[in-house]
Amino acid sequence: MSELEAAPDTARELLFGDEWEYAPAPQSADHVRLEDRYGAFVDGAFRDTDEYFPSINPATEETIAEVGLADEQTVDDAVLAARTAYESHWRDLPGKERAKYLYRIGRMIKEKSREFAVLESMDGGKPIRESRDMDIPLVAAHFFHYAGWADKLEYALPGPGRPRSLGVCGQIIPWNFPLLMAAWKLAPALATGNTVVLKPAETTPLTALKLAEVIQEAGLPPGVVNIVQGAGGVGSALVEHPEVDKIAFTGSTEVGKHIQKQLAGSQKRLTLELGGKGANIVFEDAPIDQAVEGIVDGIYFNQGHVCCAGSRLLVQESVAEEVTQKLRDRIATLRVGHPLDKNTDIGAINSQQQLEKIRRLVDIGEQEGADKFQPECDLPENGFWFPPTFFTNVTQSHRIAQEEIFGPVLSVSTFRTPEEAVERANNTEYGLASGIWSDKGSKLFSISQALKSGVVWGNTYNKFDPASPFGGYKESGFGREGGVHGLLPYLELPSQSWQPQTPTNGSPSTKPASSTSAGASPEPKADDT
Amino acid sequence: MPRPAAYRPPQVPTVDEVAAQERAARLASRSIKKEAKVEGLTRLIAMLDLTTLEGADTPGKVKSLCQKARTPDPGSSQDHPSVGAVCVYPPMVPVAREHVEGTDIRVASVASYFPSGQAALDERVDEVERVRDAGADEIDVVLSRNAFLSGEYARVHREISALVEASGEKHLKVILETGELETYDAVRLASRIAMDAGADFIKTSTGKVKPAATMPVTLVMLEAIRDYYRETGREVGMKPAGGIRKAKPALRYLVMVKEVLGDAWLTPERFRIGASSLLNDLLLQLEKEQYGRYYSKRYLSLG
Repeated sequence: MSELEAAPDTARELLFGDEWEYAPAPQSADHVRLEDRYGAFVDGAFRDTDEYFPSINPATEETIAEVGLADEQTVDDAVLAARTAYESHWRDLPGKERAKYLYRIGRMIKEKSREFAVLESMDGGKPIRESRDMDIPLVAAHFFHYAGWADKLEYALPGPGRPRSLGVCGQIIPWNFPLLMAAWKLAPALATGNTVVLKPAETTPLTALKLAEVIQEAGLPPGVVNIVQGAGGVGSALVEHPEVDKIAFTGSTEVGKHIQKQLAGSQKRLTLELGGKGANIVFEDAPIDQAVEGIVDGIYFNQGHVCCAGSRLLVQESVAEEVTQKLRDRIATLRVGHPLDKNTDIGAINSQQQLEKIRRLVDIGEQEGADKFQPECDLPENGFWFPPTFFTNVTQSHRIAQEEIFGPVLSVSTFRTPEEAVERANNTEYGLASGIWSDKGSKLFSISQALKSGVVWGNTYNKFDPASPFGGYKESGFGREGGVHGLLPYLELPSQSWQPQTPTNGSPSTKPASSTSAGASPEPKADDT
Repeated sequence: MPRPAAYRPPQVPTVDEVAAQERAARLASRSIKKEAKVEGLTRLIAMLDLTTLEGADTPGKVKSLCQKARTPDPGSSQDHPSVGAVCVYPPMVPVAREHVEGTDIRVASVASYFPSGQAALDERVDEVERVRDAGADEIDVVLSRNAFLSGEYARVHREISALVEASGEKHLKVILETGELETYDAVRLASRIAMDAGADFIKTSTGKVKPAATMPVTLVMLEAIRDYYRETGREVGMKPAGGIRKAKPALRYLVMVKEVLGDAWLTPERFRIGASSLLNDLLLQLEKEQYGRYYSKRYLSLG
């Protein structure tokens, strides 16, 4: 990738060419030990299935391994194994004993972090730099964090009675952060004393299966974690299974809505972490160079396959030209290429299907008259690739400003005043994440209060920490993952102890323990905190 | 002396400390291997200002430094370039001049009451003129932190302008002494003032104050150079100096230049590193790339 496409001022152009080119720096994959095929992980053991499907490397389109497709019987067995494990011993195990397993799993992931990182990049297409520096360290951190909570639930959630686990949790996770999402789901569920049936996404099943090996090796009792593989049908079977007490889903808003309909009227609890169209708001008093970096981290991180991506850049008109100019320079230095090259910034698009969706929406952006910018990129022949892209002259009425593209495509629009920025940022069906860039501390706080957004980053973007709750408003879902908030969706609280009681005429609210009799809430939205 | 129209520095972007450090750390994670490493190391030799700035410097020491600059590795079968310049105190300029004669190596010297700059402007200008007349090709002057930290930006600008004028046709590098400016915001502003006043290069440090050159400080200065170029079309050079002793961090600085300013700055005309002990590590790494193993430092000559 070299010269810029549309040079506004050729005399003062910066040339990011091949004067000194980096040599390939491939991360070796020799140490990844992989079977040719994996069955379903049920009751502590891998078992054969009737059908298998291939998991391919999106950078080469070659098959990495075959994975057993779970049929209804497999799902049933998995749920039953989870139920048996829950009732026979797991729910009664003291928190500090559960913590030991979680600590052990966290440590083993750290020990095998290189293998996990390489496999994650092979199976999902993300750059090794990200899987090595972000995904896998966060996976271990999540296990450690929730291991710490396991024996402190009564202190975390004080009240008249002990918080109780729910039972069997069905967890369905997406393909953008395969192992990290597994950790986000498994760690709090196990820490709170639940058992799990996990369904990874069909395009990225492999690291979850390596995790199953770790779970075996860690000696976690059979049935506490079960993993079934397949596409929507398997997820649906899990959602509808009568022995499942709770569903946690991360994925598209469309599927999330479908699941909520399926569960309507049932006793099952539900948390949803769905799509987003995050606004990254750059004010004129922002640290501009760092804001440009934050824009890049916001939308080009993980090829834009991020539900909280800062896919809408809202920039104050007075600095719009400067910001877009700097963004053009910056993305000219992004290196698109093989995920296992240590210098790759943007890897492969996760699947053919996703690539087609990105292309379709980018075409729509062009048809609607927005101005497209892409640096010149040499893309590999095989595999699924899309160069970093942004559109300028985008308005709220453009589809690319409203629909989640889930790819390395940014839409840029401008605003005049802080109030307009907030209006535009909130003018979306989603409410997952936003970013604010300003050197004024007071502005960061006032704007973040006004944004209808589950996560707000100030002068940074796409930062994650297991101690910080994550989740959305509006059609981005409900329920929180991470931190003490992330315990709630997996616990039955005997009273409303988490919410401050409404004071009654100055007297301290001391409700008697009668509310402990409250059973599972009939509303699936009960976890919406 | 009549007061010239007061200079007011233009508004420069603020710098977020955390994010700037993160960006520098990200750039430091680039993996430079094989041909890219050999090429980078070779370029770095030609970009080196081989420096000795000690109270104990003598003609003998400077002679030895100049010989090292001419033939960095006399025993090697490889054809290494000579270094960009030798950098010495003013009294040593004639000695250095004599001993690099007939080569492309330039003679750089420090002036303007290096390293503190605590002297009247006349005296500082005087020193620059003397160094110029003694035959230095490049003159490294210090920015007055006295004036800058007391908020007298017009004075900083006026003084540097005077030093630029005194240097005549010679290449003038302005040392900001970032370790004393402390914040990235101050570094950014000082960079701008120095460029406005006509600096050919901006340079991080004298080497006498810690911290000297760091990756984030250099990044902020490179970004200031980029913005200035976009605005005026003038290509100002960059020189991190002090504390860069090993080849690996030196390559990271080169990565930063490549990814912030692009190809046009990957030349000794626009990028230098000031260092005294870096050269031998560059040579050691080059030998290692060729033969696949390190050899003993005893084979490397002292400068």
